[in-house]
Amino acid sequence: MSHLQQHTEPPSGRRGFLAKLLAICCGGLATLPPLAAGVWMFLDPLRRRGAAATFLPVTELASVPDDGIPRQFAVVSDRVDAWTGFAAEPIGAVYLRRQQGSETVEALSATCPHAGCFVEIESQEKCFRCPCHNSTFMLDGGIVAPSPSPRAMDGLECRVAKNGQITVKWQNFYTGIAEKVARP
Amino acid sequence: MSKHVPPDQKHGPQPPTHRPGLVGQLTNFLDDRTGYRALVHEALYERVPGGARWRYVWGSTLVFAFMTQVITGLVLWSSYAASSQTAWESVYYIQHEMTGGWLVRGIHHVMAQMMIVLLALHLMQVVIDGAYRAPREVNFWLGLVLMMLVLGMALTGYLLPWDQKGYWATRVATNLAGLVPLLGPSIQQVVVGGPDYGHHTLTRFFALHAGFLPATLVLMLVVHLSLFRKHGLCARQPITRPDAMFWPDQVLKDAVAMLAVMAVVLGVILMPALRAMLEGRPIVPGELGAELGAPADPSQPYAAARPEWYFLFLFQFLKVFEGWGATGEFFGAIVVPGLVMGVMFLMPILGRWQLGHRFNVAFTLAILAGAGLLTAMAMNEDYAALWADRASFADVEKLLEETDGDAAKIAAHFGNDATKIAAFKARAKKLDKIRHSQSFLDASVQAEADAARSIELAGRPERIPPAGMLELIRNDPLSQGPKLFAQHCASCHSHVDPAAPNAASLVAKASAANLHGFGTAAWMRGLLDPKQVAGPAYFGNTAHKEGDMVNFVQNDLADATTWTPDDVEAVIAAMAEEAGLAAAGTAPALVEKGRGLIADGDRCGSCHTFRDNGVAAGSAPDISGWGSREWLVGIITDPTHERFYGDSNDRMPSFGKAEEGSAPMLSRRQIEMIADWLRGDWYRPAVHSH
Repeated sequence: MSHLQQHTEPPSGRRGFLAKLLAICCGGLATLPPLAAGVWMFLDPLRRRGAAATFLPVTELASVPDDGIPRQFAVVSDRVDAWTGFAAEPIGAVYLRRQQGSETVEALSATCPHAGCFVEIESQEKCFRCPCHNSTFMLDGGIVAPSPSPRAMDGLECRVAKNGQITVKWQNFYTGIAEKVARP
Repeated sequence: MSKHVPPDQKHGPQPPTHRPGLVGQLTNFLDDRTGYRALVHEALYERVPGGARWRYVWGSTLVFAFMTQVITGLVLWSSYAASSQTAWESVYYIQHEMTGGWLVRGIHHVMAQMMIVLLALHLMQVVIDGAYRAPREVNFWLGLVLMMLVLGMALTGYLLPWDQKGYWATRVATNLAGLVPLLGPSIQQVVVGGPDYGHHTLTRFFALHAGFLPATLVLMLVVHLSLFRKHGLCARQPITRPDAMFWPDQVLKDAVAMLAVMAVVLGVILMPALRAMLEGRPIVPGELGAELGAPADPSQPYAAARPEWYFLFLFQFLKVFEGWGATGEFFGAIVVPGLVMGVMFLMPILGRWQLGHRFNVAFTLAILAGAGLLTAMAMNEDYAALWADRASFADVEKLLEETDGDAAKIAAHFGNDATKIAAFKARAKKLDKIRHSQSFLDASVQAEADAARSIELAGRPERIPPAGMLELIRNDPLSQGPKLFAQHCASCHSHVDPAAPNAASLVAKASAANLHGFGTAAWMRGLLDPKQVAGPAYFGNTAHKEGDMVNFVQNDLADATTWTPDDVEAVIAAMAEEAGLAAAGTAPALVEKGRGLIADGDRCGSCHTFRDNGVAAGSAPDISGWGSREWLVGIITDPTHERFYGDSNDRMPSFGKAEEGSAPMLSRRQIEMIADWLRGDWYRPAVHSH
């Protein structure tokens, strides 16, 4: 019995310290690779970038009545979702508006700058309203105070080609902040 | 060993007088090797100071609820496929086709909500009883972490069916996560699985929901329970009754509470079935338990977007910060919830003083009451139109419409009387709330219709295509037709059932024909009616108002000597037959007679080409196959074609004809869907006879 009891206390002194240090290091080292590899892979989305902002065809000038009332149009584009490639899919929506007799078109993103819901147009009340937290915007996208939204609706660059083709520079912006900052 | 042993057995091994039976031998063997008897004893024979009480059951019911979620969750997992083309589809299959799928999913869904209620009760009981005081501080903190893990599972689980509801709620939740200072955007991107929502949002949410979070929860729960045992039950003071044992007294109360929880869950699931039974409607199992909305579509608005009811208070809280700008959202979504959690973590420290304990109790009750109030406010905002009397605001609505909301005009209307104007403004504000609520209710009805249609389409004999449910919906005339019509046609045409209550005013507002029922005998009968042809439902608001056709119907057709009523009916029948929309049982002889009248060069054939009557195209539309799919696709594609209106086309764009170097306004498929929808030609499930 006394022989066994000698080993119930952990060894002290230099040899004991080394053994403890080595045990911790070996164990830690053995656990590190799966943990580090796991974290490395888990953070993969940080390396991913959205498609570069490009001008996408949306519709024809003739489809946007020149009455100053915005109309909703789907934005169609090829899209990649991880391993799946979608050809010509609706990826979002914009509002287009044309003033009477004008050939230029204003474009607004349909994404609410507050929390990212889909802003709807209230034709009866002649304004935009977000169905989530009631942010209200004027027909030009300007904010109707007081609003939960920190900024006006996000305008998008819009071009009208000679043949009437309307293209819009499709971009997503960070929500919930006062400045309009495009997502990478 | 200290038991009384007979003297003759004191020495040497003696055969035992009572040999244990087979079961006894086995349990002895097991106990020898594992010591399980001591473990069971320790687990069950815990002293409960002051006896068993109902107020101690909440922790046990939570463990029970979690076990229920593990069982049902594992079974759901075995049938769920996390990707943006299979998530909705597999949940549809679970809910509507798999045996008992609705029940397992229903239990999982309702028990999740039950867990939130039980958490609130458990928390309240612990705080009120001061069970967080030394030495139980660490266990209280563990409990708070467990609570956050449960909330995290609720949040991640909401997305997994990948329906519109979960998709839009998750967009908001992850956008709010993006507001965390410095790391926010990175956290958002890691959780979403990239810059956009898709496959990896689902795989990550699923891994969190079924892996990371429950695994962490189990670890924490083991520590939580063993610490609870180490410290013993924190008895309600003062102790007036004798102590009891955990087994069976408290276990009995716990078990009864579990049974009650399960009964409530099953009751919530089965209530609609009971209602259907009482009303004599058939019970559809797929409609019981958890809802499944239309599949997620980032290009389709979802105006009925709301979080699950237990997060409604947070949702409503964001509205409180109206006009605060970016600080408001940061405050409402990050700072205030963070502070509340912070105070809760400090409770064991504060609770060392009697005043601190009172503060803790008051704080907890205030938070719960506040959450309850915010939830009620959110509900009231959404459903106010159900109990508000909108008719009593008719004068307000009328004045707003007349003045176009112009403040000066409204002031003038009231003779610049400040009190009257203020009263009007207050009522206008109330009306505004009713209108908001009404749009939410309308959106909810629309969402239900969309969901029902998706489920109908998914059940087609051809099943769901590999590209997923969205492809099916995007090609469904019933789903897309009304949207395409609203966007491209409704600025001129109306589409109103003439029998609808406000049909006349809606039709009168349109500047082109009412296309409701186009191709049917009823539509044609209206066109050939001298009283209607120049009305707004037909040519009344168009350039053809005084054209040849109107003239013909009002003069020639009205003359009963050349056109007997039977002749007109024959033409109507023949035209509906051209469209392929003639009523069943239309007499072939009548159609034949009608065709003869139409082709006749002295009648319709004096202008219209019809079949082989030899009339040259160009003077009037060719009405061979009028109203058929092919004819409709043709006229929508290009009404200026000589087959249709040629030069006399009135304002209608050529939707399918591309300008040089650009795409047409509508694709061939979109035009086909408009035509199919106008003709009422879409997939309808066969009616099953039970």
